[in-house]
Amino acid sequence: MIIELGHYALVLALATAIIQGLLPVVGVRRGDPALMALAANAALVCFLLVAFSFAVLTFAYVTSDFSVKNVWENSHSLKPLIYKVTGVWGNHEGSMLLWLLILVFFSAMVALFGRNLPETLKANVLAVQAWIATAFTLFVLLTSNPFARLVPAPGEGRDLNPVLQDIGLAIHPPLLYLGYVGFSVCFSFAVAALIEGRIDAAWARWVRPWTLAAWTFLTAGIAMGSYWAYYELGWGGWWFWDPVENASFMPWLAGTALLHSALVMEKREALKIWTVLLAITTFSLSLLGTFLVRSGVLTSVHAFATDPTRGVFILAILVVFIGGAFSLFAFRASHLKAGGIFAPISREGALVLNNLILTTATATVLTGTLYPLVLEALTGDKISVGAPFFNMTFGLLMLPLVAVVPFGPLLAWKRGDLAGAAQRLFTAAAVGLLAAAACYYAVNGGPVLAPLGLGLGVYLIIGALTDLVLRSGLGKVKAGVAWKRFSGLPRSSIGTALAHIGLGITLIGIVAVTAFETETVVEMKPGAVVDVGRYSLRFDGMREGRGPNYTENAGHFTISRGGVAVSEVWSSKRLYSARRMPTTEAGIRTFGVSQLYVSLGDDMADGGIVVRIWWKPLILCIWGGALVMMAGGIVSLTDRRLRVGAPARARRPLAVGAAE
Amino acid sequence: MIRLLLALLLLLASAMPGLAVNPDEVLADPALETRARAISAQLRCMVCQNQSIDDSNAELAKDLRVLVRERLKSGDTDEAVISYVVSRYGEFVLLNPRFEARTLVLWGMPAILLVIGVITLVLAARRRGARVPAAPLSDEEQERLDRLLRP
Repeated sequence: MIIELGHYALVLALATAIIQGLLPVVGVRRGDPALMALAANAALVCFLLVAFSFAVLTFAYVTSDFSVKNVWENSHSLKPLIYKVTGVWGNHEGSMLLWLLILVFFSAMVALFGRNLPETLKANVLAVQAWIATAFTLFVLLTSNPFARLVPAPGEGRDLNPVLQDIGLAIHPPLLYLGYVGFSVCFSFAVAALIEGRIDAAWARWVRPWTLAAWTFLTAGIAMGSYWAYYELGWGGWWFWDPVENASFMPWLAGTALLHSALVMEKREALKIWTVLLAITTFSLSLLGTFLVRSGVLTSVHAFATDPTRGVFILAILVVFIGGAFSLFAFRASHLKAGGIFAPISREGALVLNNLILTTATATVLTGTLYPLVLEALTGDKISVGAPFFNMTFGLLMLPLVAVVPFGPLLAWKRGDLAGAAQRLFTAAAVGLLAAAACYYAVNGGPVLAPLGLGLGVYLIIGALTDLVLRSGLGKVKAGVAWKRFSGLPRSSIGTALAHIGLGITLIGIVAVTAFETETVVEMKPGAVVDVGRYSLRFDGMREGRGPNYTENAGHFTISRGGVAVSEVWSSKRLYSARRMPTTEAGIRTFGVSQLYVSLGDDMADGGIVVRIWWKPLILCIWGGALVMMAGGIVSLTDRRLRVGAPARARRPLAVGAAE
Repeated sequence: MIRLLLALLLLLASAMPGLAVNPDEVLADPALETRARAISAQLRCMVCQNQSIDDSNAELAKDLRVLVRERLKSGDTDEAVISYVVSRYGEFVLLNPRFEARTLVLWGMPAILLVIGVITLVLAARRRGARVPAAPLSDEEQERLDRLLRP
């Protein structure tokens, strides 16, 4: 009965979304405040209904109600409770419901905290959100119903894919969706502005915190996913340029560009039209990502052709929303007045350059991801576009971007002084070069590019710090005064510096792992010792173990350095009983920010076992940098500017962050 | 969720855990082995989802790895090895697509976009520059200005 209630709540949510999408628009046309005010209440009701529906599905999972087909397909009564809960979104139907839940959650947030939005703008924004919600509720109800029943109910479920039985599944998808779907708010604001034909600095002030919040979540989601893949998939890779990854990376790149152009628009009223276009593009890429992942088109064109219902449905949503938004843009963009004037060498100019490179990078990833599909559809030729292509093109594009990043904050608005900025960055560049030279010396030559990459990362970090040092006057005035000035700096400048420092840290991690990682593949018998860099590993033997829903074979290794045992590590192979599916659980030991990664391979006929050991220097910098970037986003969100006149708005996304 | 599909397919593609290069495949000559690894990283495992033969433990990937090493041992250059594999398996096997007519748009995209972007920016800057000189004051306005400025 409760399952049917959940299903019914979803149908009611659809009805509410339709009302929310129509009546407020009529209200704006007629100037009827009652109809416009309806939007906020409808958004809240819609959120409560979808939340109830989601709670019901969770209840079915927790109580292992196998009469629900979705639960039977993806759960098992012996599964630990946390994986029963996360299993809710560890499948197509449930994950679409989560997508929808987060979408209506954002609508409700706009309704709740957008009290001092102009009422026509608010009504229009919520209406656009409701159109998206209507489309996706229909999608869930018509093609991906998670509440379908099975008669008779089976006694035991088929269990969740073992790879997904991990804490990563609890964190990664919700964070990713909070980011990806969060950009829907920017999209709705952009479309609402186009409908009204009016856009001003206040608009940018509304859009920027949403962009920041969504961007922060997406950064977290992508980093988390990368780390999850790193430790779970068992061969130590952390980014594969897989289409599925690109699907989340493209909105991130576009969102980063949006973040920077919204800044120009807020401060200087310039780049209005471009910012609106970027806001639409960013969410369009989120929708495209949903299509790529959910339609099965990536697996193969044939899989898509045999069961096209879902794919065609999302494709239709894609065409309607992206096509509609861009047509609207084409018709109305000329109504928007261009704003402030600036010289090419200026803060605005630097941010325009940032946008140019980031959008080109986005387009490059997009082309690379879709090219094989399009080419095959057009000519029947099959080609692959993989990591080597992306590393080369994307890397070449990022190089100049990274080099100019520290210049941006040092240039003045309107008209900047390039020579002055270069002078002030002299220390950063010198330290960067020194670091590169030191690294080159330390590794005894080798490839020149790697030390240079490391130096670039150091330059980025020092360059970002330079801005803070100069602004607080450290070294020129007394420390106490400098501290006072520093704490008086706008939070957004500190956020900017943190984000740029984070980028530098990530860059250092990427370069170090790519250039200096070592891999050792050996066959080991108990007692065997192998040297990996400064450490040596002794294989002590295997032990059989048993978890709640799996059996495992774990190998024990003693790690020593200079003959002294410093640590130990277990690495195992598991067999999940329900699906008879084997997985590897890599053994990972952290030394500083570097890691030793031990993975078990095949058993050999003579009693030995293949062991793969990687030394991953500075690898934690990759995700640590992302954490610092996120911290930058959060600090930026607490900026006074974003709070003035809208007390709750800037804090809200933060509170969400804490609660998640 | 993003990783679900990838993870699923990886597992479907590879029935057993344990990956990639096995000790018995490794060549005795380290220089040759390094070249073999570099080539392997550029060749697609045809039965996997977006994995190179270097990363995959599928049977086909193993066969290809051994094949690459055999060609290298018999003295082929890197290009010759890759060409040989392509001649047997088609261009689909290349993770780094060749630069040719049908991949022109793919390889050219970043450059084309950058050029278009720069041209647009320059034109926009010119237009902005041209807009700056405002229309001269009309006689009436000049008179009002004079009146205001008069001490």
